[in-house]
Amino acid sequence: MDDFLFARSQMAMSLAFHIIFAALGIGMPLLMAVSEGLYLRTKEPLYLELSKRWAKGTAILFAVGAVSGTVLSFELGLLWPTFMEHAGAVIGMPFSLEGFAFFTEAIFLGIYLYGWDRISPLAHWISGILVALSGMLSGVFVVTANAWMNTPTGFDLVDGQITNIDPIAAMLNPAALHEVLHMTLAAYVATGFVVAAVHAWFVLKTPTSPFHRRALGIALIVATVSIPLQILSGDHSAKRVAELQPAKFAAMESHYHTEAGAPIILGGIADDAAMRVDYAIEIPYALSFLAHNDPFAPVIGLAEYPRDEWPNTNIVHWAFDIMVGCGMVMLALAAWAGFFWWRQRRLPDQRPYLWALVLAGPLGFIAIEAGWVVTEVGRQPWIIYGIMRTADAVTPMPGLVVPFVTFTLLYILLSVVLVFLLRRQFLETADPGELESIITPKAGKEGQTHVV
Amino acid sequence: MLSDLNLNLIIATTMVLALILYALFAGADFGGGMWDLLAFGPRARQQREAIADAIGPVWEANHVWLILVIVLLFSAYPPAFAAIMTALHIPITVVLIGVVLRGSAFVFRKYDAQDDATHRRWSTVFSISSLLTPLFLGITLGGLASGVIRVEDGIVTTGFFAGWTTLFAFACGLFAQGLFAFLAATYMTVETEGDLPLQNDFRLRALLSGLSLAPAAALVFGLAWRDAPALFAGSAHWWADWIFGLTSIAAFGALAALWWRRFRLARVAAVCQVTMILSGWALAQYPFLLPPDLSLTNSVAPTVTLRLLVIALAVGTLILLPSLGYLFYIFKRPLTGNQKRLNQHAGVDKIALG
Repeated sequence: MDDFLFARSQMAMSLAFHIIFAALGIGMPLLMAVSEGLYLRTKEPLYLELSKRWAKGTAILFAVGAVSGTVLSFELGLLWPTFMEHAGAVIGMPFSLEGFAFFTEAIFLGIYLYGWDRISPLAHWISGILVALSGMLSGVFVVTANAWMNTPTGFDLVDGQITNIDPIAAMLNPAALHEVLHMTLAAYVATGFVVAAVHAWFVLKTPTSPFHRRALGIALIVATVSIPLQILSGDHSAKRVAELQPAKFAAMESHYHTEAGAPIILGGIADDAAMRVDYAIEIPYALSFLAHNDPFAPVIGLAEYPRDEWPNTNIVHWAFDIMVGCGMVMLALAAWAGFFWWRQRRLPDQRPYLWALVLAGPLGFIAIEAGWVVTEVGRQPWIIYGIMRTADAVTPMPGLVVPFVTFTLLYILLSVVLVFLLRRQFLETADPGELESIITPKAGKEGQTHVV
Repeated sequence: MLSDLNLNLIIATTMVLALILYALFAGADFGGGMWDLLAFGPRARQQREAIADAIGPVWEANHVWLILVIVLLFSAYPPAFAAIMTALHIPITVVLIGVVLRGSAFVFRKYDAQDDATHRRWSTVFSISSLLTPLFLGITLGGLASGVIRVEDGIVTTGFFAGWTTLFAFACGLFAQGLFAFLAATYMTVETEGDLPLQNDFRLRALLSGLSLAPAAALVFGLAWRDAPALFAGSAHWWADWIFGLTSIAAFGALAALWWRRFRLARVAAVCQVTMILSGWALAQYPFLLPPDLSLTNSVAPTVTLRLLVIALAVGTLILLPSLGYLFYIFKRPLTGNQKRLNQHAGVDKIALG
């Protein structure tokens, strides 16, 4: 591998690592705030305990997200100085706003985590809501900057130089809306399903635990509400990409030849030289319909573009199919929950369903990683779509294998430790006796007859 | 409407201010980690706990000042950001590794405190990274200020080792370590009010680290003459004597206040001291971001970007200042230290925080 590939790998690895914590940093505060809101309404100590337990997990995850995010803001310059030299003035705006949103999140998270017995319950809850809001906003701003790399606007290109800058127009670039919607919803979907999986596991172990049943309920509601919206936003995103970045869209679908009534190709092995896909399943007319709402509309193929402007077809196509596949499984799980709620006025708790939830736990994050690959690998070979090639933006620094290996090892170590720590956190909570002893006496004091 | 130069100066000043705030807040958190490493004596454990209590609620907010500096640098002075990140790639990468290790080890330790062996392991990672990160921060700033890094047509021509591989840069690193340790110990004398033996421990540490700053500063100045001629030339301005004088007054004031146990006064003096040092450095470097080739004027972004940045800064400050004020009001008001320890004895924190 050469330095260019190491630079790309380091960036990809840093983002793949950070995006998990960023998504949880958006999703977890929502769960905490909902649970604490329920506590304020019902005064059931169980909800208070729940938001405290969730807050503990969030504290660990947020800290790792904060430091890995810092690394990324430096890596923009450490690895892609030429890109930043030209793009900094155009997209500095969303990054600055993100800085402030993140600052607000860090401040109120500090208050939330350490302030349980120092401020009034209402002020504490409002702090939680502010954490959730500013977390969401910082995600929105960062994604806006990424959208600009995909559909750059807000400047004129004169003799290869970016001039006549309009940072507001750059922020409101054509891809901003659909990318922001899709990523924000993804954070809620992934958090909802992963938290539901954890608590489904404990409900399987101790079916009567009111603690885990309520926790599962909140997480499942967040997941069930957000996944259908996410599928709709995904459809909208696909149509926008077909319009704005036809080469990326063609790579997503392994679609080589422009044709009317194009089929959707599922899986398969794309052969760029022969421009065909082997071993794939085809759904006739579906691609034309997906892209343009018309089964007979023509869809532009990769063949229309010079060979050196193609992204890696197999990676982008498979990542896209994996993302959509995960989404469909989660949609099915949500549909069952919704159906059950409609018929029975309660959430499903059959053992097979709980097992399915446990197994589906990682799907949201797999979909996020795959979707990120679609956006970023699909943007290649450009760092600024159609304007600057990634290869022209890389640092002249030699020996990039060293930081790549160092950060990879560091992040692997952190991941292992995190899994270990979170497991310990949850194993601690696994003891139903301990939990009940926290919940029940207080409940008695407050005149509750039972907590179920 | 503000002129270009004014917009430029507002952003540059904000960057220096954010850097000073980073040093005052996050710097002290790093210093806390160093004292964690150097904790000894019969109250070593209490020292560590008091430090962790003081850092806990605020370190993440403190850390964001650095992100603000970086974001402003790449939004307002993109070519300077590109050149700095290229020429100082190596020390900055080490700083980042330190930042990652310190932050994660701190939370890992906090949420994994049942087992003593594990606890010690995270303590070690936390405190060693707290010790090394400021060293490389100082080395990076020393390299930046040296005037040895050259840029032609946006391309760094002096390679990846220029500027920061000098004794001067290393001395800057040592000085940063000493300064952060001094800040932390001085703050801790206020944080431990009401616990006399612990307060005495930190008073002693503050005095020792404060005294060590004098030879460290002399070393930086002496080596600057050889390794950082640009910075040294900057210190020949008329205001240099004033800055030097005021810094010395603040430094002696802080030591005297510590000696006579006027800890709140000592804290104010230490804050002034750090502010003067960093302001002096910024003034000596003015108008250069990366002397001698990249200045505030030749690497600045277009006016429209600056104007929007200043608006964003104004709006952001309106949200940020009250929020920060609230954070520090809750956790750093006078009674808090005692209240916290009382709560811990009563086991309240155990239920609240696990």
